[in-house]
Amino acid sequence: MNRRDVVITGIGIASSLGEGVEAHAAALGAGGPPVVDTESFKPYPLHPLKPLELDRQIPKKSDQRQMEPWQRLGVYTAGLALDSAGLKDDAEAKSALQVIVAAGGGERDHTVDAAILEGLRGANEPGAFLNERLMSDLRPTLFLAQLSNLLAGNIAIVHGVTGPSRTFMGEEQAGVDAIRTAHARIASGQSDLMLVGGAYNAERRDMLLLFELGGYLHRDDFQPVFERENAPGLITGSAGAFLVLESAERAAARGAKAYATLKHTDAARSRREPGTVRSALDNLLGGFGPVGSEALAISAATGCAGITAEEAAAIAAAAPSAKRIATGDLVGHGVEAAFPVSVALAAIALSAGQAREAIVTGAGHWRGEGAAHLVQA
Amino acid sequence: MSTHRDAKGRPLVAVTGLGVVTSLGQGKDANWQALTAGQSGIHRIDRFPTEGLKTSIGGTVDFLFDGPFTAPQLSEKLATLAAEEAVGQSGIGAAGDFPGELFMAVPPVEMEWPQKQELAQSIDGDVDYDSLLRAAATHKYKAMHELFVFGGVADHIADRFGTKGSPISLSTACSSGATAIQMGVEAIRRGDTQAALCIGTDGSIHAEALIRFSLLSALSTQNDPPEAAAKPFSKNRDGFVMGEGAGALVLEDYDHALVRGATILGIVAGCGERGDGFHRTRSSPDGKPAILAMQDALADAGLTPDDVDYINAHGTSTPENDKMEAMSCAAVFGERMANLPISSNKSMIGHTLTAAGAVEAVISFMTITNSLIPPTINYVNPDPAIALDVVPNTAREAKVRTVISNSFGFGGQNTCLVLTAPPEAA
Repeated sequence: MNRRDVVITGIGIASSLGEGVEAHAAALGAGGPPVVDTESFKPYPLHPLKPLELDRQIPKKSDQRQMEPWQRLGVYTAGLALDSAGLKDDAEAKSALQVIVAAGGGERDHTVDAAILEGLRGANEPGAFLNERLMSDLRPTLFLAQLSNLLAGNIAIVHGVTGPSRTFMGEEQAGVDAIRTAHARIASGQSDLMLVGGAYNAERRDMLLLFELGGYLHRDDFQPVFERENAPGLITGSAGAFLVLESAERAAARGAKAYATLKHTDAARSRREPGTVRSALDNLLGGFGPVGSEALAISAATGCAGITAEEAAAIAAAAPSAKRIATGDLVGHGVEAAFPVSVALAAIALSAGQAREAIVTGAGHWRGEGAAHLVQA
Repeated sequence: MSTHRDAKGRPLVAVTGLGVVTSLGQGKDANWQALTAGQSGIHRIDRFPTEGLKTSIGGTVDFLFDGPFTAPQLSEKLATLAAEEAVGQSGIGAAGDFPGELFMAVPPVEMEWPQKQELAQSIDGDVDYDSLLRAAATHKYKAMHELFVFGGVADHIADRFGTKGSPISLSTACSSGATAIQMGVEAIRRGDTQAALCIGTDGSIHAEALIRFSLLSALSTQNDPPEAAAKPFSKNRDGFVMGEGAGALVLEDYDHALVRGATILGIVAGCGERGDGFHRTRSSPDGKPAILAMQDALADAGLTPDDVDYINAHGTSTPENDKMEAMSCAAVFGERMANLPISSNKSMIGHTLTAAGAVEAVISFMTITNSLIPPTINYVNPDPAIALDVVPNTAREAKVRTVISNSFGFGGQNTCLVLTAPPEAA
């Protein structure tokens, strides 16, 4: 099958560093320091979102109210991506624009949950008590603000993107597979134009709870991703990134600026044993061919035990002279958004002339390995 | 060597294995017998107390576990059983070594009440998320992490069946099962894989899930008798009934299937999908996205509306869906709609939500194979505003070569599949 070139013509990104291409290009050049909040969720440090002026991308307050923070962040960055691609007012393009979103789920109402759990401890009829409280305390619209596919649904409503959407779930790997699938669709001619990305709100205890159950969280002070051997674990960060991917032909025909060419994206699922992340990433990176000497390596590594060192070794083997930047050191770990953010950072660096070529890697905290290869457009 | 191509020069996508579990039973035979007899799998819920709830019925699958279980555990069990049946029928690969990719529609998961209560039990003093976090930090509850990550169910299925590559866990709300099939079709057409295991599964009827839909006024509250509550296209329809189940399909490059001598059960000939930016739960008043999704699916298959013999309806039994679906079908099929059979499996199994598109695709292929259309049951009070041939109450013999299967979901998700009989012996 003829493989077509795929270019990135739109980037929308927001994080603790602020929003947009310039803010993140500056951070990539300067290398830090990161914005870290060690107090609000003590003992868990995290990178809080720099507040957004929501009205700029989500004009209706009624729409803002129908969403939770992760959805607002996603809809906002999707809007930035459409703006940067010059597609925001192109109704025809938006009606054909296909969307893939990497998403988790919605936030619990922490106060309601706590009150119900407290009440359940003393309830004579816990089932009836739970029913009564949920019927009266859950907001009817909360469900929609929690449903995974409603980030895509809100992108459709707010930005008028009426092409079809798909939502991938599954933590970090959802972000890898979203970009992999979007790339494959365009490369194979199944699509000309895709909007792909994800968003993660780190500032919620229910997600910290899920990760802490498995023992995946780093505590206390910030430490760089690749220097957490003594206290491995995630430092999560609120972040969102959406990319407009386009066939090179379509982009050229409309005179769109390409930030970078996305040459390859691939994914694997190793049955996690010592060494499997290394070999999975070796295979993925090996499939991209030789990496040049002026390359950049952006890593979506988690900081979790074992796998982070394996990822570092795979990067060093594939691109020994590359400058390595951990996405987590700039904006924290964005789970479903981690890989889309990392690909966005790579494209930003290439577009800013900071490198000619970039590889992106990521091993999920629990499952999944992914890699991408970008070159200057 | 690959020689068969569709009208657009792409590999044909054959179906070589089918599996299904619903509240009517486990396996194709049990389901087919019940579906064609017009039996309902809807019953009073006894999995959890329903005191104080407006809806107390559902199509729960109650025959798989003795003790308590979570939604991801039931969803995984349902998917495993459906996939075992499909892979077994297909005869593809070796046990635990499926030679293709996995596309799974799974319900979104989150930590459930019994597990939160278990953590809360260990806490002295007030319960809040900080104290839950301290309980979690003891790492005594490590298994809960794997239980409640979104990628867990698909990961376990990938392990069990030995599928290749990175498994996809997806949601397009109530059209998820159809999207899983569509993604398998696209991967085979791209040549990424020669086989795909496509599964839709949903075992998520628990108190909070039911209450959430109830608060949106989406569920039927006509609890008595339970089996009469799901009544698609009827005048007194008042909401859907939640159901559980799983459908699994082995999709395969047609030539790959021929070479290994597999029995071809049918072809997934076309897929259409459209978004709807009108509203979070309601569809565009003009029905345009649903109309275009059906038209796209037919165009993708290289077929016209006249080629369709039967519509497997989304048919949820909500006032909104059934009206909009009837209107959209009328726009696509025109005058033919008066005589074109359209029936809703949901009248018997309820709305299996994430699984529905896959479950109903499996039933559609059985409809083709058996030349028998399962009825829309509980059709005693027709809605005069939507005059349709819903195959009322009794199954009907008919030669069916081409089915369009509709799936529509919250968030503006519209996915339609065109499913056809195997090509005439070449």
